[in-house]
Amino acid sequence: MALTTTPRRSGTSPDGEQVDAGAAVRAASTGRVGSRVFAGLSTGAGVLILLTLAAVAVFLVIRAWPALTASSEELGDISWFNGDSVAEYVGPLIFGTLLASVLALLIAVPVSVGIALFISHYAPRRLAQSLGYLIDLLAAIPSVVYGLWGALWLLGVVDPFFEWLSGALGFIPLFADYQAPAKNILSASIVLAVMILPIITAVSREVFLQTPRLHEEASLALGATRWEMVRQAVLPFGRSGVISASMLGLGRALGETMAVLMVISPGFLYSFHLLQPGQHQTIAANIASKFPEASGLSVSALIATGLALFVITFAVNFVARWIIARRAEFSGAN
Amino acid sequence: MKLSPRNRLGAVALTGALALTLAACSSGGNAEEPAGTAGSGDEAPAELSGSLAGAGASSQEKAVAGWIAGFNEQYPDVSVSYDAVGSGGGREQFLAGAVQFAGSDAALKEEELTQAEERCVGGEAVELPLYISPIAVVYNLPDVDAENINMSAATIAKVFNREITTWNDPAIAAENPDVELPAIDIIPVNRSDESGTTENFTEYLAAASEGAWPHEPSGDWPISGGQSGQGTQGVIDTVTGAEGAIGYADASRAGDLGTVALKVGEEYVPFSAEAAAKVVDASPRAEGATENRLVVELDRTTTEAGAYPLVLISYHIACSVYEDQADADNVKAYLSYVASEAGQERAADPSVAGAAPISEDLRAEVQTAIDSITAG
Repeated sequence: MALTTTPRRSGTSPDGEQVDAGAAVRAASTGRVGSRVFAGLSTGAGVLILLTLAAVAVFLVIRAWPALTASSEELGDISWFNGDSVAEYVGPLIFGTLLASVLALLIAVPVSVGIALFISHYAPRRLAQSLGYLIDLLAAIPSVVYGLWGALWLLGVVDPFFEWLSGALGFIPLFADYQAPAKNILSASIVLAVMILPIITAVSREVFLQTPRLHEEASLALGATRWEMVRQAVLPFGRSGVISASMLGLGRALGETMAVLMVISPGFLYSFHLLQPGQHQTIAANIASKFPEASGLSVSALIATGLALFVITFAVNFVARWIIARRAEFSGAN
Repeated sequence: MKLSPRNRLGAVALTGALALTLAACSSGGNAEEPAGTAGSGDEAPAELSGSLAGAGASSQEKAVAGWIAGFNEQYPDVSVSYDAVGSGGGREQFLAGAVQFAGSDAALKEEELTQAEERCVGGEAVELPLYISPIAVVYNLPDVDAENINMSAATIAKVFNREITTWNDPAIAAENPDVELPAIDIIPVNRSDESGTTENFTEYLAAASEGAWPHEPSGDWPISGGQSGQGTQGVIDTVTGAEGAIGYADASRAGDLGTVALKVGEEYVPFSAEAAAKVVDASPRAEGATENRLVVELDRTTTEAGAYPLVLISYHIACSVYEDQADADNVKAYLSYVASEAGQERAADPSVAGAAPISEDLRAEVQTAIDSITAG
């Protein structure tokens, strides 16, 4: 064996070494080139997204400029323009957009956290898995379908409830003077809440599943019930995740067009009458509604409202990042 | 240009069938000679090809879709498109030369007419009222058996201005002595988007309500804080959604909802295609209208028996002179089809657009205007 192996080794080794060395050189060179190409590609992709963002911002500013600098008389010629300046026009729209989105968050976040906790800590594994898939599927439903669902089905279903709410709690201005059909901001918020529920649930669930097993076991070992364990270990750990999930949801709610367009009877007021029609409108739905018949300066005015939405979305994300960064220092994650 | 025998046969059959189209085609053939376009020859000018682009009012979008389909049955080689960007946008694109024809709920404005001369290489704009659509005032009162509820323009104005707030208001009851009106609230519903329907409705209210409508006519609903719907279907859905609701919409979409009969003179007229076409014939031409620009000044206060004054007119706007021979031929053939009995019948089909067909007299005038289109 030794005799036979040695000559073979000696015979093949120079060749083998040569081949090996060549392969190594080649591998190293392709590795270097490949890594350079890949680095270039990923840097390019990163730069591209920044460029796209910048291009969108520049486009919005340039196209909105005529409206931003126009005199109030010129703007007054636009048949649907109310107010003396773009800022006056967009004010109620910003209010409506934020109100609808915040209401949607108020409805969606508690439900989402509940679903996420059920999936991560309460449900039997098999049920949890299929429920998880189902929630992810919900996230894929296009918003126009939600809009149709809201306009054609939900409005009729919430009608008696709103009727009762307005009758019983009508002394609170928030719920006063309901008028059927339920094409008000609360209905729109319910549709939005259903739309953003899957995103918030999916992200929250992932975060809750990341809770360190040791934290949970330590809590249980101290005699905590399951609810106490969730409160002590899971929720503090997942808080920043839930916040960022909510901000993702808020982002979708802010920009949502079709669902609001199809559900709400629009109006341009700073109003907290949640059950009255013709009080609120969101920026995105307003653009979709007005754009088909717009031309010239009115297009610029609409794009100016789009610019406002762009800035708001940016601000919301910025605030969310800031909250998460601040929370992260003392959250259970460390 | 491919000349398939089948097309030629179709063209002959067509020209035989439609005398009006024949007239259009033969004058198209004449116009071809000086321009010196060889190819299709005299006896088959119907062998059209190329593309024809239009843009404009969304009010007549469905009708135009029907017309394009019908037109293509006769001229399969011409690809016609229509972009429903809105009346203003359509006129803009037409004047900029981006499209060959425009659809518009309003006639060209003064300054647009000067632009049109430039766009039409010295010719003028041709404006044809080819889409007449009655607007219905629809209501949702499932317990009322009467076929129509009668209202004068003044009553409708007060209802939509929220001065009359219940269905059993004396003003409505006085006009409907035989109808038992329920004691429920009226929920007025308007269009939330800018629309020709709103413009025509408010025009009617402003003109015919004897001062009961305090707002200016406008494509945007002047009163805020009420129920509204996006587009015709949005209004219909909203009215359907609540008992006691009342709205206005393209009559062909009224469906199962009740419709109001309007007071004209001393009688009440429910909407119908004939009644809508009648008011157009009874109305005078607008100031500055010519043989080519058949702009109608709708007489909303007409007392003509059986006329229904709440209608929307949408125009086809084209050029009397086109730079390109093919464009001129295509536009002529297309407009001739739209104006023809077959074309108007197609748009009148409720499943297409439910429009009111134009009268024979108007058709003759329209055809004369179309015949004058040339290339130069």
